[in-house]
Amino acid sequence: MFALLGIPPQALFGQLLIGLINGSFYALLSLGLAVIFGLLNIINFAHGALYMMGAFFAWFLLQYLGLSYWWALILAPIGVGVVGVILERLFLKQLYKLDHLYGLLLTFGMALVIEGLFRNKYGSSGLPYQMPSALSGGRNLGFMFLPNYRAWVVLVSVSVCLLTWYVIERTKLGSYLRAATENPGLVQAFGVNVPRMITITYGFGVALAAFAGVLAAPIYQVSPQMGSNLIIVVFAVVVIGGMGSIMGSILTGFALGVIEGLTKVFYPEASNTAIFVIMAIVLLIKPTGLFGRAH
Amino acid sequence: MVDVTSNGSIAAPTTVVARHQYVAFAVMLALLVAAPFFVYPIFLMDALCFALFACAFNLLVGYAGLLSFGHAMFLGSAGYLSAHAAKVWGFPPELAIVTGTATAALLGLITGALAIRRQGIYFAMTTLALAQMIYFFCLEAKFTGGEDGIQRVPRGTLLGLFDLRDDLTLYWVVLAIFLFGFLLIYRTIHSPFGQVLKAIRENEPRAVSLGYKAEQYKLIAFVLSAALAGLAGSTKAIVFQLASLTDVNWPMSGEVVLMTLLGGLGTVFGPVAGAFIVVALENYLAQLGAWVTIVQGIIFIVCVLTFRRGVIGELGRLLKKSL
Repeated sequence: MFALLGIPPQALFGQLLIGLINGSFYALLSLGLAVIFGLLNIINFAHGALYMMGAFFAWFLLQYLGLSYWWALILAPIGVGVVGVILERLFLKQLYKLDHLYGLLLTFGMALVIEGLFRNKYGSSGLPYQMPSALSGGRNLGFMFLPNYRAWVVLVSVSVCLLTWYVIERTKLGSYLRAATENPGLVQAFGVNVPRMITITYGFGVALAAFAGVLAAPIYQVSPQMGSNLIIVVFAVVVIGGMGSIMGSILTGFALGVIEGLTKVFYPEASNTAIFVIMAIVLLIKPTGLFGRAH
Repeated sequence: MVDVTSNGSIAAPTTVVARHQYVAFAVMLALLVAAPFFVYPIFLMDALCFALFACAFNLLVGYAGLLSFGHAMFLGSAGYLSAHAAKVWGFPPELAIVTGTATAALLGLITGALAIRRQGIYFAMTTLALAQMIYFFCLEAKFTGGEDGIQRVPRGTLLGLFDLRDDLTLYWVVLAIFLFGFLLIYRTIHSPFGQVLKAIRENEPRAVSLGYKAEQYKLIAFVLSAALAGLAGSTKAIVFQLASLTDVNWPMSGEVVLMTLLGGLGTVFGPVAGAFIVVALENYLAQLGAWVTIVQGIIFIVCVLTFRRGVIGELGRLLKKSL
């Protein structure tokens, strides 16, 4: 079959794997955006900048404290989560009574400041981040060569996404969150501290972005603008999926990553724009997005 | 669930045509006529192009309540077509500018028809994504010259009469183009069409129930805004003899939001003031590299948190007049 299409299976599966990895980042980021939007009614434009911050956090830990990748995987999301909590308490808190668009403008401003600060200090060229030795190398599967680190990224992203889905959809804590998304006033009246819940949710959402950033650090170089290009694609992913469903965000993220990877094999010229074209088609057929709700 | 209380809404309350707006227009006109004798004309032309760009953007956000985060695609693609027409096809400047403007209008028709299918933040994200698609197209297309852009575009002779190589002559032409766009927008928002747009912004279901075809109104506003943004981009390409990726990339979309927000969303004169302030600031900070981005970000944050009416909006509040 492959010979018929004139495409070597190595290239096909290689791109498929890259697609799955990009899909992991789309899924982790759009998942965070959806959780934040559900409760805060804010589209977090700073999500890309905080993803970048996660990657830098890992780099700092290794460079200055000698702490390995495994520490970074835990500490960077916590650190960036704390930054998120501070940003929410200082700035976002003041916007909840206003039009949603102000949230977009404010977080856009935050993204510019964060990116500018990092670019000022570290320039535009990327910094290399050493792959953890336990995950270097790879294995030959017969039809393709599978680098261990890439398999790890896909595996751990799927796990974290499913865990998040489980916590939100199947636990008591998650039921509070879902209830507060529907009607914060009523949940507050039942004695749940909704403002604190909002703060924690924002912190958790950006921690997911930072986690994706740490995963990305050994694959891509750590650079100040690594987030801004990603966030626009993730916005398209969010428009395609709609933000109504947690599982929807996860599936859309992975699926679009794979489709993008396949485009690289069959029609490389369009690989940059594939997701945007899909967005246009979805807007024509189902404007609310694949998993979206009417409002 | 859009909040439409006095300061909760993204746009200012409905404006009424009044004498003080004519006075304000006369002041602006006098300043712009006197300016080239005191200030470097190239800087003024840059600011005027951005002022027209911001006014076009404001037509959409301030009066139709649609926040586009992708307006760079109209500025940039019109710039490319205008530059290409003037340089490769040998069009005179007036036809080159018309070509660029028509391109932006057509692009606005296509992207607008897609984008208005969603509202609010989804509209903003959709326009941003569509603009990124146009950016990748411009990056890879042959005629745009990739990273180099289209350079050394001839300014030419307007209508065969005015040699535009002279900066001052070109300034008067740019001023005339700006005033044409500004007055067209002014006329639009004070027409019955503009009133319907505001009605849709305030309460779309009610406007629809009264028999207005909201989608058509929004689409017409979108195309008009795109065309005028394209007019600004085409003119800018002729002035600087350059069309480049900067004008079509996403930071440019953010910049026009910044100008309008700083000047005053939904005010008539706000975008003009905002454009002049931002362009002046960028010239001043140009040597400082990444600091420009940081300062822009800080202005965004300060404006959203404490200064939502913008410079002209606050001035209007002090004078108790809508400007």
